[in-house]
Amino acid sequence: MSITSKRASVDKRRNLSVGSFILLALGAFVFLFPFYYMLIGSLQTSPDTSVGGAFPEPGNITGENYVNINGSINLFKGLVNSGIFTGGVILATVVFGLLVGYALAQMQFRGRGVVFAMMLLVQMIPFQLLLIPLYVMIVRDYGLGDNYLGMILPFAINSTAVFVFRQYFMQLPSTLFEAARIDGASELRILWQVAIPLVRPAIVTAILLTFIGPWNEFLWPFLVTKDQSLQPLAVSLANYISNIAATASNPFGAILAGACVLAAPAVALFIFFQRQFISTNLGSSVKG
Amino acid sequence: MSLRSASGASRRDGAVPPTGPEAGAPPSAGKQPAGRKTLRRRPGRPEIKQKFRPLGKQPLGLLFSAPYVIFILGVLAYPLGYAVWISFHQFYFTAPGVQVDRPFVGIANYITVLSDPVVRRSFLNILVFMVINVPLTVGLSLILANALNRITRLKTFFRVSYYVPYVTASVAVIGVWLFLFQQNGLINSLLGVLAPNPSWLVNSWLAMPTVALYVTWKQLGFFILLYLAALQNIPEELYESASVDGGNKWVQFWNITVPGVRSASVLVTLLATITGANLFTEPYLLTGGGGPDGASSSPVFLMYQKGILQGNPDVAAALGVVLVLGVLVIALIQNRLVGGRSGEE
Repeated sequence: MSITSKRASVDKRRNLSVGSFILLALGAFVFLFPFYYMLIGSLQTSPDTSVGGAFPEPGNITGENYVNINGSINLFKGLVNSGIFTGGVILATVVFGLLVGYALAQMQFRGRGVVFAMMLLVQMIPFQLLLIPLYVMIVRDYGLGDNYLGMILPFAINSTAVFVFRQYFMQLPSTLFEAARIDGASELRILWQVAIPLVRPAIVTAILLTFIGPWNEFLWPFLVTKDQSLQPLAVSLANYISNIAATASNPFGAILAGACVLAAPAVALFIFFQRQFISTNLGSSVKG
Repeated sequence: MSLRSASGASRRDGAVPPTGPEAGAPPSAGKQPAGRKTLRRRPGRPEIKQKFRPLGKQPLGLLFSAPYVIFILGVLAYPLGYAVWISFHQFYFTAPGVQVDRPFVGIANYITVLSDPVVRRSFLNILVFMVINVPLTVGLSLILANALNRITRLKTFFRVSYYVPYVTASVAVIGVWLFLFQQNGLINSLLGVLAPNPSWLVNSWLAMPTVALYVTWKQLGFFILLYLAALQNIPEELYESASVDGGNKWVQFWNITVPGVRSASVLVTLLATITGANLFTEPYLLTGGGGPDGASSSPVFLMYQKGILQGNPDVAAALGVVLVLGVLVIALIQNRLVGGRSGEE
C-alpha cells in the first residue's frame, strides 16, 4: 500500500515535471520569438508579414536595412554615446558604491544609521516626481543640457548596487578587518587589498544591475539631449521611429536593424554573465 | 583621565608581546573584544590615543559615505522638495542665471490639473493598465517561477530566455511589437478574420490593453527571478508530506506555494504598480504619443507634454505630486489585500 502510494506520488511528480516543461517551453517561445523576429525582419528586403515570412527565405535576405538606418542615425556614434552614459554611471556606482558599502558594513562612525536609512528610502522615491525639478536644475540652472555629465548625474550612484555591496561586505567576518587595522593598515588600503578582492562577484552583479538602467533609459537622455551627435542609441532610434521612419522605403526593416544593434550588447552581456544574475544575488538585494 | 593614561602606560610593557601572534593569525570571533581593547590602548598611533571619539571608532567612514550622501541630497532629496515647491508656485523656464518673479499661487496648479479631462483620462488609462497588468504579472510570474523551480534540465536556458526582454531596451523591443501588431502584421495574419478592426494599437478599446500586455511581457523575467528566490525558502518537506497526505498539485500550489511566497507577492505587486505609474516610453512610441485620441496616454507622458513641450512645469509638477499620492494610496490598499491575509490564516 505504502509502496504503491509512493510510486503514485513519484509518477505524479514526473507528470508534473512534464507539464511544467511544456509550460516553460511555451513561455520561452513567447519570450524569445520577438527577438528572433527582430533579426529576421531586419534582414528582409521587403517586409513579409505573412506566417511564411517568419522563416528565413534566401531570396529575401539583405544587409541593406543596416546601411539605411546607419545613414539616418549614426549607429556607431549612438553606441559610443550609450557606452559613455552607461560607463559613467557604472564607474561612479562602483567607485562610490564600494566606499559607502564598505563603510556601512564594516566601519563604525556617527551617522551610519542615517546613511543606511537614506539608502533604503531613496529606493522608494519615484523618478516621475523628480522629472520636472531635475530638468529645471540640470538643463536650465546648471546649463548641462546636451552634456554627458547632465545625462549621467541623476543616475550616478545606483542605490541597489550600494545595497548589494553592503550585503556582501557584511558577510565578511569583522575580525578580518580588526586584524588588518591592528596591523596598521589604513582604511583605504584595507578596502583595496582585503575587502574588494573578496567581493569580486558582488562587483560583477552590481555592474550588471547598473548596466540595465542607463543602457535602456529613454526618457531622461531624451529630455536632456537635443544635439543628435550626443544622443544615446535608444534616443536616436526612438526619434527615428517617431519622426523619420515614415519617409523610408522599408521603415520596419530599418527600425528592426537599429533595434538589433541596440539590443545585441545587452543580450550578449547577460547571456555571458548569466551566473552572476541569479535569483539569490538579486533576492538578497531586494529583500533587505 | 590621568588614571586612564596611567593604565595605558602600564599596559605598554605588558601588551606589546601578546599582540604579535594575535595580529599574525586571524583572531577567532571569541577573542574579538580582547583584540579591540588592545587596539584601543596601544601606543604609538595618534588616533588610538584619543579617548573620546565623538565621530565613532572609524570616523573615516563619514568621508567614505560623503559622495553618496551628497549625491542623494543634491540629486534626489532636494529635487523632491523642489517639485512640491514648484507645484505651489507659478513657474517659468528661464535661461541660466535669469531671475524672475515666481509668485505663490496656492492650489491653483492642482485645480488646473484635476479639472483637465485629458489628465483624468490618463489616470483612468493607467487604472485600466494596472487592472490588467498587475494580476497578470503576479499570476504568470509565480506560475512560471514555480514550474522553473520544479525542473532540472534546461533550467538555465529557460531562466535566461525569460529575462532577456527585461534586460533589453524598451525602444528596441517596441520596434518588433509595432511590426507584429500593425494592421497587416503577423498577429493579424495569424488571426485571420478574427483580427480586430481597427487594429490593436490604433483601436481606442484595445490600445491600453495591448500596452499592458507588452509591459507584462517585458517585465515578467525580473519578477520570475524574485519569485525564484522566494520559492527556495519553502522547505521541500512541506511538499513531501502534502503528497503523502494525498494532496494533488493544485492543493500543494494553493496551500504551500502561494502562502509561502506572500512577502514576495507584496513586493511584486508594489513594483508592478510603480512600473505602471511610470509608463512613458510605451505610450510615446508604441501608440504614437498616447493615441488614439488620448486613449493610451499616461500621466508621465502628460507631464512631459505639459511641462516640457508646452512650458508649464508648475502644472506638470502638480500632476507628478498627484500621481505619487495616488500610487501611495493604491500601494497601501494592495498591501492590505495581498499581505494582510497572512494574519487571518
